Amino acid sequence: MSAIEHLPDIDNGLLRFLTCGSVDDGKSTLIGRLLYDTKTILADTLHAITRTSERRGLEAVDLSLITDGLSAEREQGITIDVAYRYFSTGRRKYIIADAPGHEQYTRNMVTAASTANLAIILIDARKGLLTQTRRHSYLAHLVGIPHIVVAINKMDLVDYDQAVFDRIRGEYLEFAATLGIGDVSFIPLSALNGDMLVDRGDRLDWYSGPTLLDILENAPTAHSERDERFRFPVQYVCRPQKSGDPKLHDYRGFMGRVESGEIAVGDEVLILPSEQRSRVKAIEIHGSSLPRAIAEQSVTLLLDDEVDVSRGDMIVRAQELALVTRRIEAMLCWLGDTALDPQRKYLIRQTTRETKAIIEAIDYRLDINTLQQLPAERLGMNDIARVAFKLAQPLCVDAYRENRSTGAFIVIDESSNNTVGAGMIL
Amino acid sequence: MSALALQQHATLAHLDWLESEAIHILREVAGQCANPALLFSGGKDSLVLLRLAEKAFRPGRFPFPLLNIDTGHNYSEVVDFRDLRACQLNERLIVRSVEDSMRRGTVVLKSPGESRNKHQSVTLLEAIEEFGFDCCIGGARRDEEKARAKERIFSFRDEFGQWDPKNQRPELWDLFNARVHKGENIRAFPISNWTELDVWQYIEREELQLPSIYFAHRREVIRRNGLLQPVTELTPARAGDVIEELTVRFRTVGDITCTAPVESDADTIARIIVETATTTITERGETRLDDQTSEASMEQRKKEGYF
Repeated sequence: MSAIEHLPDIDNGLLRFLTCGSVDDGKSTLIGRLLYDTKTILADTLHAITRTSERRGLEAVDLSLITDGLSAEREQGITIDVAYRYFSTGRRKYIIADAPGHEQYTRNMVTAASTANLAIILIDARKGLLTQTRRHSYLAHLVGIPHIVVAINKMDLVDYDQAVFDRIRGEYLEFAATLGIGDVSFIPLSALNGDMLVDRGDRLDWYSGPTLLDILENAPTAHSERDERFRFPVQYVCRPQKSGDPKLHDYRGFMGRVESGEIAVGDEVLILPSEQRSRVKAIEIHGSSLPRAIAEQSVTLLLDDEVDVSRGDMIVRAQELALVTRRIEAMLCWLGDTALDPQRKYLIRQTTRETKAIIEAIDYRLDINTLQQLPAERLGMNDIARVAFKLAQPLCVDAYRENRSTGAFIVIDESSNNTVGAGMIL
Repeated sequence: MSALALQQHATLAHLDWLESEAIHILREVAGQCANPALLFSGGKDSLVLLRLAEKAFRPGRFPFPLLNIDTGHNYSEVVDFRDLRACQLNERLIVRSVEDSMRRGTVVLKSPGESRNKHQSVTLLEAIEEFGFDCCIGGARRDEEKARAKERIFSFRDEFGQWDPKNQRPELWDLFNARVHKGENIRAFPISNWTELDVWQYIEREELQLPSIYFAHRREVIRRNGLLQPVTELTPARAGDVIEELTVRFRTVGDITCTAPVESDADTIARIIVETATTTITERGETRLDDQTSEASMEQRKKEGYF
């Protein structure tokens, strides 16, 4: 039946992106359309949504039903959680984090944004910039997403009018400048008709820029843009001396992932926080030796000297120190049902390290609609604040702006073990 | 070379990225959990997990045993392969059987012919209690089914093994939180972000061996509700059924009573990859008799403690 014997090789890596907007902006339709036009939706799923569309008395198949979630959510008629979707174009693999745009769900947006390298912010062409557009943009910027695509959707409902697009674009640029958002691109769309998503369509001739998919195909992936300083938090120490193989008796492998930068055999390294010095003897993975390891690669490092290294330590290059500190200041997004209580001790997990922490001060709470700084005694769910923590044990940190791996932490409530906060070190 | 290419660092191809992420997740389980186990059935996803565990922990032993919940209704090719692979890797394999739970009376079938698939949850929870496991590593993927699209990589289960979609921990960056109180449990899914195609491409790249029933073979089947039901002792032909002998392969392997093969000539991994990339039906839609029961059936099973 088929003459294809081999698939084209995907060689352009993996891009994680985020879509923000509410159902009213056509976000679900946009995702459904991307999946449908890249042929990710298979016949049985399409059949199921066709039946549902018919049952609801709709004339055309409602592609937004593809992202319809759990029955627990359908009962409430809203999306309560981040959903992850996958598609591939043959050149690149994509992971979409689909964050609900509902007013009270800042925590979902921050969660979805934390792993994304690009954000698509949807604007309804009829409505222009709304409070939620500003909120989404601020959060995307706060969480350090380097590329923002403003998708001005529902162009079909404004007669594909260029003047509408230009006006919204101008307003957004003005607002973006106040936040310091640098890399923004704008695209006119009709997700409903599929114009300018995968295909250009023939109703937006005045727009000569790339389609949405072109933007995605060419956007830099996260690991191509990372901090160049080598950061290797140790996850696990491999000491197989009981294996019976005498060659392995003295084997001490430090297992982890290169969070940024790169490392080569022979490089001089420092172990933090102890500041012991050594040199990389070998880089291994599953029996094979590598001359070097790059960002996002999980490897095992062997060192020249018998140094004392355990989980939670960080290996860096001798001339590229991270800050070892018992006090951090951070932008904190509160995620827990229970309010942050400044009298309590919390647990902070950063890289592979954990420490108890107390709140030294809440400098201010940010109103994310007006960006006003307000005084605060406690923080409730979805609040964002600037907070200073005192730490029981030192952490090895970089500023989040410079390194999204070593500058990020979560706050854990020890009584429930729940993750209750997300922090970005200043 | 362009200026842009010079600025950008070397990057990982998509399979390397997925592999590296999965190794990172496995090592986090080892670093954070006191007593984890890896769920291993002999199926393709769990065979991928074993290769990833080798990459994560060799030259050391795995810091967890392998655990299989056997319904007693699995294809012998898969069961044999499970035992062989555990032996080759020299790792400890624990098998707990749904039939033992039936003897204990903790699993009661509605009828002798009822599928034992969903009853695996009971046996799994019994095994977790028996060994005191605080984390079970599984091969589930988010692209499999819509109830899984919102699944965390570290998924929290209460002391009844229940998954409450409204009570899951936020999961940010790669900072996983595996802390539990006694009796509670984490399910960790290192290949959450993989698709069926990624799994097959990885199997090809790593030259992994698979049970023979994944490849095209002749088999007696009956067409039922648009699916192919294999004719076996457990699923015999009923009066009026038309038995056909077709060339088929299994896309997923599970309990005999609920896994259907598909018509296919694909007898090599390369051919399976091409078929997977060009198929028009989802993996579960084509092969799982248990997911067709109701629109929300996977969600329901997970709430009851399924993987």
